[in-house]
Amino acid sequence: MKLTLKIWRQKGPEAPGKFVSYPVDNVNPEMSMLECLDVLNESLIERGEEPVAFEHDCREGICGSCGFMISGIAHGPQAATTVCQLTMRHFKDGDELVLEPWRSRPFPFVKDLVVDRRAFDRIVQAGGYISVSTGNAPDGNAIPVGKEEADRAMDAAACIGCGACVAACPNGSAALFTGAKIAHLGILPQGQPERDRRAVRMVAQMNAEGFGSCTNIGECTGVCPKEIPLEVIARMNRDYLRGIWKERHQLVTTIAPVTDWDLVTK
Amino acid sequence: MKLDARIPSGPIEQAWDNARFEMKLVNPANKRRHHLLVIGSGLAGASAAATLGELGYNVTCFCFQDSPRRAHSIAAQGGINAAKNYQNDGDSVYRLFYDTVKGGDFRAREANVYRLAQNSLSIIDQAVAQGVPFAREYGGALTNRSFGGAQVSRTFYARGQTGQQLLLGAYQALERQVDAGTVTMIPRTEMLDLIVIDGRARGIVARNLITGKLSVHLAEAVILATGGYGNVYYLSTNAKGSNATAIWRAHKRGALFANPCYTQIHPTCIPVSGDYQSKLTLMSESLRNDGRIWVPMNKGDKRTPNEISEEERDYYLERRYPSFGNLVPRDVASRNAKAVCDEGRGVGETGLGVYLDFADAIARLGEHTIRERYGNLFDMYQRITDENPYKVPMRIYPAIHYTMGGLWVDYQLQSTIPGLFVLGEANFSDHGANRLGASALMQGLSDGYFIIPYTVGNYLASSKLGKVSESHPDAQAALSCVRTGIDKLLAIRGRRTVDSFHRELGKIVWDDCGMSRNAQGLRTAIEKIRALREEYWQNVTVPGSGDDLNQSLEKAGRVADFFELGELMCIDALERNESCGGHFREEYQTPDGEAQRDDEHFSYVAAWGYTGPGKPPELTQEPLEFAYVHPSQRSYK
Repeated sequence: MKLTLKIWRQKGPEAPGKFVSYPVDNVNPEMSMLECLDVLNESLIERGEEPVAFEHDCREGICGSCGFMISGIAHGPQAATTVCQLTMRHFKDGDELVLEPWRSRPFPFVKDLVVDRRAFDRIVQAGGYISVSTGNAPDGNAIPVGKEEADRAMDAAACIGCGACVAACPNGSAALFTGAKIAHLGILPQGQPERDRRAVRMVAQMNAEGFGSCTNIGECTGVCPKEIPLEVIARMNRDYLRGIWKERHQLVTTIAPVTDWDLVTK
Repeated sequence: MKLDARIPSGPIEQAWDNARFEMKLVNPANKRRHHLLVIGSGLAGASAAATLGELGYNVTCFCFQDSPRRAHSIAAQGGINAAKNYQNDGDSVYRLFYDTVKGGDFRAREANVYRLAQNSLSIIDQAVAQGVPFAREYGGALTNRSFGGAQVSRTFYARGQTGQQLLLGAYQALERQVDAGTVTMIPRTEMLDLIVIDGRARGIVARNLITGKLSVHLAEAVILATGGYGNVYYLSTNAKGSNATAIWRAHKRGALFANPCYTQIHPTCIPVSGDYQSKLTLMSESLRNDGRIWVPMNKGDKRTPNEISEEERDYYLERRYPSFGNLVPRDVASRNAKAVCDEGRGVGETGLGVYLDFADAIARLGEHTIRERYGNLFDMYQRITDENPYKVPMRIYPAIHYTMGGLWVDYQLQSTIPGLFVLGEANFSDHGANRLGASALMQGLSDGYFIIPYTVGNYLASSKLGKVSESHPDAQAALSCVRTGIDKLLAIRGRRTVDSFHRELGKIVWDDCGMSRNAQGLRTAIEKIRALREEYWQNVTVPGSGDDLNQSLEKAGRVADFFELGELMCIDALERNESCGGHFREEYQTPDGEAQRDDEHFSYVAAWGYTGPGKPPELTQEPLEFAYVHPSQRSYK
């Protein structure tokens, strides 16, 4: 089949950007969206043009590297599917697909379809862990975890950190991402000692990054390739309130967002 | 060169304890004065960086992805082995050790494997404490599944996302140390050379993939945890970015490369569908627990699977290996799939596929149970193939998945360059000629959480390391070598894309140094690779510049290294005149087609040294001794 890919091209954050339309012939319905971009890029390189920069790595929907808007929908029209696993059979001959990067202020623009998602790492740095140094652990079966609890924790832990939730949210909120980690660790008995502190610090960091507030619209869970349920946000809010109530006298520190890429500071 | 593996003396059960006791320690207050570089943030790298940070070392960790959480360990599906014996089914540290040595076809170092089996216990404990949501029984206890090559259930799992959950555990531990200030994380940065000063690894040259800036990073020791080299084959289950550049460039600086021909072909992947294909998707081996593998009895049977009656099906693994059945080790399962396809009995459009059928398991256990166990894998299969595996058998075919070879390391995980340590898939250490399923996660975490924290301390405490500066001629030489390499690639401006070369290289290596090899094919492959490499340096085109995000340039450097490594793989395969594990030489097989080892002549690790561009590599042998598990013809019948 034949498709037209209308792609956002921009060399860098300071350079002007624009949409460029590329006709792609011989699209095989079995191809993934990214393989379709590969085919386009090969032809661009052969013509001496710069290929479209896009993020990708595992190409099996688990690393969370890939992701862009396809005609206004994060990761495209197929539910629970990242762009690397989205096969072209979901489109019709002659379709025009509009590809744009995630657009959200806390995800600074890098190039073409690539943005900077380091804000997510900093949210995890702010408390998305259980503080247990190597060697401290009791026997694996010493702490029983009921099957239902383990399953619910796993549902939340399945987040791949791709950022689609933020891109889809009209408020640019990272509540689904942050809530997923708070829920994963907060459900498990191992996560209880730091439950309040974790919620308070992670939410504070999310705000410091400039992500918007959640108003329960639910676009996030609709586009989430791992179908993280909206309940994780309710859980985040509850743990946050509980934490604020119990630890309100504590000073909450946040990490300064870094946006440049000159990482080598001497 | 004589290789000293530094294997501790005494009984194997006490070897690691003794070795740890003899290691020198670094005073807690002095640890922060030691700067360590960790390259890679997968299971081995993230666990090493986190643990070294916890101990108080000053660590800088690099990854080429935008976040350390993306490393390809994340894609491991099935599980992680540990000799917990929670199932009371006869498992023990010794049995896991035995199974791993045997599974590796007697080409691994016994002492290393024993330590791996010992550490498996602590890995599970550590991961549980971090909040890794392993599968549980209703009563709250951890549950297990079985895996190929073992007759006990010792595999712990988190649905089909075990690698993801273990990696997130290690990543979170790493981010905790970033917050604590002990680890500096530098993402989107690729190591392009190793700096060796006075015979010791003292730093790296790295390129910032966003700004293109090259920088020198100096340290007391360098720890490589950069994964395997399966992407030599172009089509593999590896991530697109997985590459061998860090280990290959360290090799060119003097680190010996061991057993490059030991590559693992995973039996259960989704078959190739077209020439645009960019990678192969794995279906976890755990599916072989409940799926039955078959092909039609008759050649060229093009009917749909459901039209083929029981009598007309050949469950060839169950027929040939009654005691292990569908759970034979990976190399055996892969070779048998190739054999039935070569006979013309393969299924699917290309004829390169076999069925993995769940009908019996669904009838026995119900669809619900199967969905519980493998739901996400079934969904993934359906997303890719548009077929419903609950109704129609899956089609699978072997694909390159893991590389057992890697940089040579001694018992302390140090390469032949003092101060250069190598962890996880990047080293050659524990799996011999074939890795058992669910053992890669175990090895990566054993190396990172429980071995390197001791051995790097021993190195620092027993070495006199002077100050070095960026202006040191060896550091500057490495920097300018990298710069020249990049400029050269950008200046060729030929007519072929990097990917087109890579695809062609991959096909050569797959055809002649893949599932089965022979001397004639390997000789031809070496010639072809050399010719193609020649053309590469004349005719590749790399658009753009070196001063910004240039994904073509990144690939170009990696593919240049794959050419050299691919050649070494063939040389090693040609030199090893025997079949063992994943290395199957057609000339050396038993009458019924099984791998025929030659212990008298080849019971050694082949460690290759780089001697210069265009010069033949130099072979050093490390003899293998088996004091505990007596080498025998592997039998899974």
